Amino acid sequence: MAQDEIKPEAARQSREAAAERAAIAVRPEFRSGAEAGFKDKVFEMRGIEVLYSGVSAVKGISMDVGHNEVTALIGPSGCGKSTLLRCLNRMNDLIPTAEVEGELLYHGEDLYGPNVDPVQVRKMIGMVFQKPNPFPKSVYDNIAFGPRVLGRKEGLDEVVEKALRGAALWGEVKDRLKDNAFGLSGGQQQRLCIARCIAVEPDVILMDEPCSALDPISTGKIEDLMIELKERFSIVIVTHNMQQAARVSDRTAFLMVELDAEEHNRWGRLVEHDVTERIFTNPTDKRTEDYVSGKVG
Amino acid sequence: MEAGGASAPRTRLAVAGARATTEAMLRNQPRRDVIRNAVFAGLLLLAVVIALAGLLALILQALAKGSSAISPDLVNNPPSTAFPDKAGYRPAIIGSLELIAGVLLFIVPVGVGAALYLEEYADKSRWWNTVIEVNIQNLAAVPSIIYGILGLAFIVRGPLDLGFILVAGSLTLALLVLPMVIIASREALRAVPDSIRQGSLALGATQWQTIRRQVLPAAIPGVATGVILAVSRAIGETAPLLLVGATVFVTFDPTPFGTDGYSAMPVQIFNYALRPQEEFQALAAAGIILMLVVLLAMNSFAIWLRNRYEQRW
Repeated sequence: MAQDEIKPEAARQSREAAAERAAIAVRPEFRSGAEAGFKDKVFEMRGIEVLYSGVSAVKGISMDVGHNEVTALIGPSGCGKSTLLRCLNRMNDLIPTAEVEGELLYHGEDLYGPNVDPVQVRKMIGMVFQKPNPFPKSVYDNIAFGPRVLGRKEGLDEVVEKALRGAALWGEVKDRLKDNAFGLSGGQQQRLCIARCIAVEPDVILMDEPCSALDPISTGKIEDLMIELKERFSIVIVTHNMQQAARVSDRTAFLMVELDAEEHNRWGRLVEHDVTERIFTNPTDKRTEDYVSGKVG
Repeated sequence: MEAGGASAPRTRLAVAGARATTEAMLRNQPRRDVIRNAVFAGLLLLAVVIALAGLLALILQALAKGSSAISPDLVNNPPSTAFPDKAGYRPAIIGSLELIAGVLLFIVPVGVGAALYLEEYADKSRWWNTVIEVNIQNLAAVPSIIYGILGLAFIVRGPLDLGFILVAGSLTLALLVLPMVIIASREALRAVPDSIRQGSLALGATQWQTIRRQVLPAAIPGVATGVILAVSRAIGETAPLLLVGATVFVTFDPTPFGTDGYSAMPVQIFNYALRPQEEFQALAAAGIILMLVVLLAMNSFAIWLRNRYEQRW
């Protein structure tokens, strides 16, 4: 009886392993092709797995993120896009039950190495959240907060102006710098959060569905901004909006939900990662094609 | 023509029937329901009246008895057994103010510190943090006389051995109201959304910078409300003070570390109320009015503060 139970399990595992090997063998361009196009890499992920209380949320993610590029993470809800994004600046550390396995290199340096301070990581790798989260302070103090915690006391006026200009918000708020940031519109608040992020001069900006709470006009402004910002920063954006990914990103990674045989557990798995144009016009994987053409998800 | 003639009355009949049904549905609810509603509303109103009647009776009685004794002497003069018409509450008022100052000095840093630890640092999956949490809730419900005994055993005598001084009274009252401050501060901290913490941390701020510059400032109105309510409770406490050395009859201005004794408002009222003479009864009533005014003012201020500065997210 027990043997009967073990057998299909073992068979399934070996089947899966074979399928995995086959998948990699069938799609050599998945690694080599995409990699060949990188001028400079910010992140290199090798077999990243994130677990919450021992349960996988994403598994086996291996991909690279290019410098001064916009990389979009797309996929259906629950496929672990945000989880993966939060690994990149160690925001997952804030969740006590979260664990990150695998190797994550940032400019060749192990981001989860023993001597790495998450606070320093977040100074280099900023984040913009799904819902605009301005601090309950003036516009000025919102921007100046980052430089202040870094110990900067002088020249804050210039920093604030530069950051607001960089986020295409200066013209709209220059006369109300002392007003509470809660008085701004949703789109302005989100650009304020972007300005707040670039005020600390990070290297990478992570954006977790930054436009999902905004109207189309505000969304357009932020998309324009992203294209402008990639001259100075590397950007990784999670989005549900495939048109947005197509418009702003250089490369796109498509993640999907995978179930185990008993359908008890689900986790996110990287299906395809390539130049954005290829993902949307000529994807290698059938599942990617179905997703971007709107057949599933 | 023929068909039309036959159908017209039938249509009228159908329309009338439908209208009657609608009217019946819209008409007043059954009498039984109306009565039941009225009885229930009346009972609820009665509950409110009973709750307010106690306070109202207290105020009216105090006013009726004490209004004759209200004069500048009440706050300017020390108590006296010989001249009840000139006697006042001066040492008790000063004693109460000093007690409250001591309570504030203790409960603000300790209460807010404990709340910050429990909300921001404590790992809630650890059992001892759960134990601490449950115990703080329990401590808030411990009768004040128990705190008096604790103060006597550990602060006046025992390890701290401060003697019967005003500071010992302050510390005892502070321990008594500390759980209230911790609970209120924790609620205020919990009301600050996590998105603010994450936004701050994502900019490279440390946890302490995040707490110091974002979380705590946003929580201050709630913390202040909790502190004021705790202080107003401390002002009114009598029982623990009697145990830790507040004297019922003090004619000089008390000092924080003076060993000659100290008094406080409720203790002095208690003293006057025990005397049989009419004049002292009036003095006691006037003291009650004074305390009620102070307490109502403080509680109103706390409510105002909460409504005025509470951050809406």
